[in-house]
Amino acid sequence: MTLNAFLFQILNGLSSASGLFLIAAGLSLIFGVTRIVNLAHGSLYMLGTYIAYTFATKIGGVTGFWGGIIATALIVGLLGALIEIVLLRRIYRAPELFQLLATFALVLVINDAALWLWGPADLLGPRAPGFRGAVEILGRRLPTYDLFLIVIGPLVLLALHLTLTRTRFGRLIRAATQDREMVGALGVNQAVLFTSVFALGAALAGLGGALQIAREPANLATDLIALGDAFVVVVVGGMGSIPGAYLAAVIIAEVRALCVGIGTVDFGFVTINFSKFTLVAEFLVMAIVLIVRPFGLLGKAQGAVRSIAEPEEPIRPATPMLKALGVVVLVGLLCLPLLAQGSPYLLVLGIDVLIAVIFATSLHFIMGPGGMHSFGHAAYFGLGAYGAALLVKWLALPMGVALIAAPLLALCGALLFGWFAVRLSGVYLAMLTLAFAQIVWAAVFQWEGFTGGSNGVIGVWPPAPFDKSWAYFLLTLVLAVAAVLLLRRFLFAPFGYAMRAGRDSPLRAEAIGIDVKRVHWLAFGVAGLVCGIGGGLFAFAKGSISPETIHINRSIDGLVMVLLGGVQTLTGPIAGASVFAVLHDTVMRQTEYWRALMGAIILLLVLTFPQGIVGAFASLWRKAGGRL
Amino acid sequence: MSVLELRGLTKSFGGVHAVRDVSFSIGKGEFLAMIGPNGAGKSTCFNMINGQLAPDSGEILVEGRNIAGLAPRDIWRLGVGRTFQVAATFGSMTVIENVQVALISHARETYRLWRPAASHHRARALELLAQVNMQDAADRPSRELAYGDVKRVELAIALANDPKLLLMDEPTAGMGAGERHGLIELVKRLVVERGISVLFTEHSMDVVFAFADRIIVLARGRLIADGNAATIRDNAQVREVYFGTGKTFAGAAP
Ligand SMILES: Nc1ncnc2c1ncn2[C@@H]1O[C@H](COP(=O)(O)OP(=O)(O)O)[C@@H](O)[C@H]1O
Ligand SMILES: [Mg+2]
Repeated sequence: MTLNAFLFQILNGLSSASGLFLIAAGLSLIFGVTRIVNLAHGSLYMLGTYIAYTFATKIGGVTGFWGGIIATALIVGLLGALIEIVLLRRIYRAPELFQLLATFALVLVINDAALWLWGPADLLGPRAPGFRGAVEILGRRLPTYDLFLIVIGPLVLLALHLTLTRTRFGRLIRAATQDREMVGALGVNQAVLFTSVFALGAALAGLGGALQIAREPANLATDLIALGDAFVVVVVGGMGSIPGAYLAAVIIAEVRALCVGIGTVDFGFVTINFSKFTLVAEFLVMAIVLIVRPFGLLGKAQGAVRSIAEPEEPIRPATPMLKALGVVVLVGLLCLPLLAQGSPYLLVLGIDVLIAVIFATSLHFIMGPGGMHSFGHAAYFGLGAYGAALLVKWLALPMGVALIAAPLLALCGALLFGWFAVRLSGVYLAMLTLAFAQIVWAAVFQWEGFTGGSNGVIGVWPPAPFDKSWAYFLLTLVLAVAAVLLLRRFLFAPFGYAMRAGRDSPLRAEAIGIDVKRVHWLAFGVAGLVCGIGGGLFAFAKGSISPETIHINRSIDGLVMVLLGGVQTLTGPIAGASVFAVLHDTVMRQTEYWRALMGAIILLLVLTFPQGIVGAFASLWRKAGGRL
Repeated sequence: MSVLELRGLTKSFGGVHAVRDVSFSIGKGEFLAMIGPNGAGKSTCFNMINGQLAPDSGEILVEGRNIAGLAPRDIWRLGVGRTFQVAATFGSMTVIENVQVALISHARETYRLWRPAASHHRARALELLAQVNMQDAADRPSRELAYGDVKRVELAIALANDPKLLLMDEPTAGMGAGERHGLIELVKRLVVERGISVLFTEHSMDVVFAFADRIIVLARGRLIADGNAATIRDNAQVREVYFGTGKTFAGAAP
């Protein structure tokens, strides 16, 4: 790459940095004041693109485009205020896991709303009036609109900085960010402050989206992509720091631009196409920053971890009744192939349920007893599924080998990501795990030659006798039961106790010689390993896999399963996964708008039923004087 | 050799000099009280000794070995136990399980995956609980305990690795006068029986003057006095610090 080409890429990077900054700044601002990580932030950005598109095409011209952008920011800001008033106010005191899920429910609802309003097709906006041309810089042509974007980022940064330092509103925001109690002491109407901050953050996201329509089409997948980007930027820059967000946006955007700019390099013995490695590079940047500064480049170390909201009952070995129930269920499942002779669909459903059980119990292992709320558990499921499928595709290995390799690959992934994740806690851990999963997803998506890209891998069928669904069902049953019992065993063993000790009181645990990070890291590995078994089984059950396997929706499904069953019980995830999988395969298939339905279920769960099925059942039982 | 010796220990947070050039030592079996007004730097001292904070400078010698900068878990393995100002137990476990976890860690069995933890060291855990009079509550969830009982359980946990040195940061905070005496008496008895050295902080002067072998006084991060009850009571600087904060030694005479 020549020097000129290099400098040109730097400029390119700066224009993308502005977009990243606008999304991340709003997210950071909202978190600073309300302590809520708004997962729907990417959705607000996406709405920005659609609304601005509508203005630019329906009204058209300069008014439609530039006026539309301003109007979009205002509309999305208002929508943000509405969301804050209607939903978030109810959950400021809820455990952060519930806050994250509630905002994710909004992601689902907004996505379906956009589908309903604008349809599934990509919508390409017009070019920006006044910035249609390009200028010649360093021997290349750079669109003038990119120059405009390069300027807009620092301008917004400056405006935010002045607002924060020179106005009363800004001082309140800073006070609230630094010291929650102070806001009350100042006699400020906290509700108004929170609503306006949320509106401001939302408006920034809307503005960011609106500004993109001249470059990229409005698309229904933008919400999660934008969210993943925002997370990476915020994790790198430091939560709550606006200058940090800009700095990180520039670094990430430049790293991406340079990877693309370097392109294909022939090293003589091997040829590497660097443009395929933007995600890997991004990951490396994030990893290095997290090692050197766990709270981001300009972030401040956070105080004590928030403890679990509800006190938890000690775990007790299974009572004879529970054991008997287990045996009954097991016998029932063993008989299922006989019952299913008339309706083969029953076995397919059974396999789905069992795989969901493996997925949910492995997530629960780190989420409940470990207190690590992973928002990226699908990564290990996906690694298992892709590991198995690719071994079959490229090396034609038999199913047995693939099913053993799948969990091992997932284990490696979990140990790699987990090493970073256990250094953080709470929302930071949630964001980091989500960002990691997004990176795996995008890597699978981008690396088309190896993974099949969006088409995935097809033709992964099990050999005889497992091509019969009854045989495959029994195989899945054996592995699922083994996985559940094994994880349960671990939880009752010293390792499980050490893990809970580290969750209940990290200080006390360290003060009695427990290496909490190490214990939690290994637990992360165990969860990944078991999850990988589920992934491998999934690949052969479906015969084909796609990046959907790793999608964030799957990670969230896992969280919903665990919460539905009850996070504080050991049988909860099993019940939750079963109910969820049956619902998923029956009700959800009936409607095109299953996302909104799912969102509604999550909101219902979070707002009215936080103990989950087994938790609610257990407390009823205890009230009636029984022991479980 | 002293069980613990601090040499020129210093720590500041931003502009706040929490602990400045503090040096003292504890002999074997000594019951040493550290007193001083709020914000004097007592907890910071404790946090440095147990490894939760790294000192800016100075040495912390445990039986002659400098442990400054080691992790809390490594310092614990050298035989230094502690209790916290705000009592911390594992809320999702029963009382006895709390002690068992500590015993398991002491036996280096933390990474075992098979035999249930409940079957590890139960007898020994009951013994420790008996020493703090908590054996009857062994199978109750620890989060249901009254605060004073939590402090006792914490003590049992801290005793699990047969410590040479026990650090107790305000062990009686939040307790009534009777309970307060009971706990300190219990600790004192253990010290004598087992030859453990104890460094503790305490706000009640009666307790300090009644039980401590020796007293050191911290004010604004500096060590201003070191001696027995009589010396401390007569120390002009100490009086000034305490009168300054509105506290007196009235009624504290033995
Ligand atoms: N983590 C910390 N960050 C900033 N300042 C601290 C921190 N811990 C203690 N301090 C300050 O150090 C001083 C000593 O505190 P501390 O050791 O808790 O005193 P004591 O236990 O004697 O009441 C106080 O001024 C306190 O505000
Ligand atoms: Mg203190």
